[in-house]
Amino acid sequence: MSSSELQSLYQELILDHSKHPQGFGLADDAAAESHQVNPTCGDEVTLQLHVAPGTDLVSKVTWEGHGCAISQASASLFSELVADGMTIPVLHERIDLFRTAMRSRGTIEPDEELLGDAAALGGVSKYIARVKCAMLAWVAAEDALARVPA
Amino acid sequence: MTDTEIGRIRSDFPMLSETVNGNPLVYLDSGATSQKPLAVLDAERDYYFHENSAVHRGAHTLAALATETFENARASVARFVNAADDEIVWTANATEAINLVAYAMLNASIDGSALGLKAGDEIVVTEMEHHANLIPWQQLAARTGALLRFVPVDDAGLLRLDDLDSIITPRTRVLAFTHVSNVLGVINPVDLLVARARAVGALVVLDACQSAPHLALDVKALDVDFAAFSGHKMLGPTGIGVLYGRNELLNALPPFLTGGSMITTVTMEKAEFLPAPQRFEAGTKQVSQAIALAAAVDYLSGIGMDRIAEHEARLGARLVEGLSTIPGVRILGPAVGEERVGLASFDLHGVHSHDVGQFLDDRGIAVRVGHHCAQPLHRRLGITSSTRASAYLYTTEDEVDQFLSGVRDTSAFFGVTSTGVTA
Repeated sequence: MSSSELQSLYQELILDHSKHPQGFGLADDAAAESHQVNPTCGDEVTLQLHVAPGTDLVSKVTWEGHGCAISQASASLFSELVADGMTIPVLHERIDLFRTAMRSRGTIEPDEELLGDAAALGGVSKYIARVKCAMLAWVAAEDALARVPA
Repeated sequence: MTDTEIGRIRSDFPMLSETVNGNPLVYLDSGATSQKPLAVLDAERDYYFHENSAVHRGAHTLAALATETFENARASVARFVNAADDEIVWTANATEAINLVAYAMLNASIDGSALGLKAGDEIVVTEMEHHANLIPWQQLAARTGALLRFVPVDDAGLLRLDDLDSIITPRTRVLAFTHVSNVLGVINPVDLLVARARAVGALVVLDACQSAPHLALDVKALDVDFAAFSGHKMLGPTGIGVLYGRNELLNALPPFLTGGSMITTVTMEKAEFLPAPQRFEAGTKQVSQAIALAAAVDYLSGIGMDRIAEHEARLGARLVEGLSTIPGVRILGPAVGEERVGLASFDLHGVHSHDVGQFLDDRGIAVRVGHHCAQPLHRRLGITSSTRASAYLYTTEDEVDQFLSGVRDTSAFFGVTSTGVTA
């Protein structure tokens, strides 16, 4: 029917997140925002970081976008990862960790302890053409982090 | 064409025996780039083995031989589209060919010469254009103060010709449109559009990228002023494209790129230019690629463009007939039963084209996903991307059926119903 790699790419968890995304819907009071486009497919994500005033704690991620199941699920999983709050330095670390796994061509399993359910996106790293889809929201988050007022 | 003949054709294409993800390759992306027969690969190799030398410069034996082969290639391609030899300009691809016309017109505008544009002039394109036949005209309009207008499309993506006379008017200087849409597979009514352009004195630029490879193209019968196409979509190598231009127009246009090989007399102050096509061929051209493209058109002519077109029309019909029975599929362009080439794009409700393409790729089926360099058309159709299957002379009915079964399974895998994806 379809290969195990494909089944692993489109796990139930990923399809669920793409159909019922977490954190979907933009807010008016975000600390920083970034809009990222993948020009080859037209996938778009606008992602917002909410930071508790006077702290370096990202309390919430909201986003909107459209695109493939991988890019949408990845944005949703990122939002879920940060849902309980995460400091800016830790968030930077997690983004780096996720990027390293995504670029590993299947050689590095994402750490579930540190990346939560987003580790389910590990299968994407075998598909070079889809890594950008998975990275879109994370790149937006990185860009937004650089825009958070000091 | 019979199955036996297609089998024989397929054996000329080494790539078609490749496996992808453990499956025999089903290549349905010829609209993006075609596979190449041995005759084309051999022509390029033979040139480098036996004739490689500088063309149009030097007097030694090999230089003369290379020049002759290079110019014979031009003659072959000219015959292929029923043009005169001096009406064929080598470019890198169709994109460069269209840009050449637009930039030469920009230079004419700066010079204040006859083919230049000025504020108050209008350029007309269509809403279904590939970016390569849209952006050069946007740029030309922006730089000359001309107005860019377009012939709109309807909800299926087909040209709405009802307001043609109010869009193409005596102010129109250029009408640029595609012969066959790379997304919709529709063959546009060239006769109607050219008649209107002629009535108002506008120049006609035809994007023939999706027609030159797939049907008999006669630039004189179509009565267009310019036509552009790419070698790599018609069995040729990458890096070679063609601009056809009516001889008197080419010679009336100022050059786009300048330098060696395109001049008669040069002083420290100024230069005089050769007539077309050399005036548009500055520098060393794509010699081996041009020679290989000639081998490609000879290969196509050997089979017969009308027979190829008929074969592909049958595959196009099979594609849309099959797609129309799959839950959640919306076919773009001509409906089932209407004329189309061997190409079909569709939207699978609630599933992104990249996910459709990924599922098919798992079975070794190569299709194009995304906006196919036609963002405005997709936006008009209310979608951001689509999945496209495009056939060629070597495509079999069995391959179309494998693709259809793949799309059916994709639809089931992602839980698509006729109204959307299930929760």
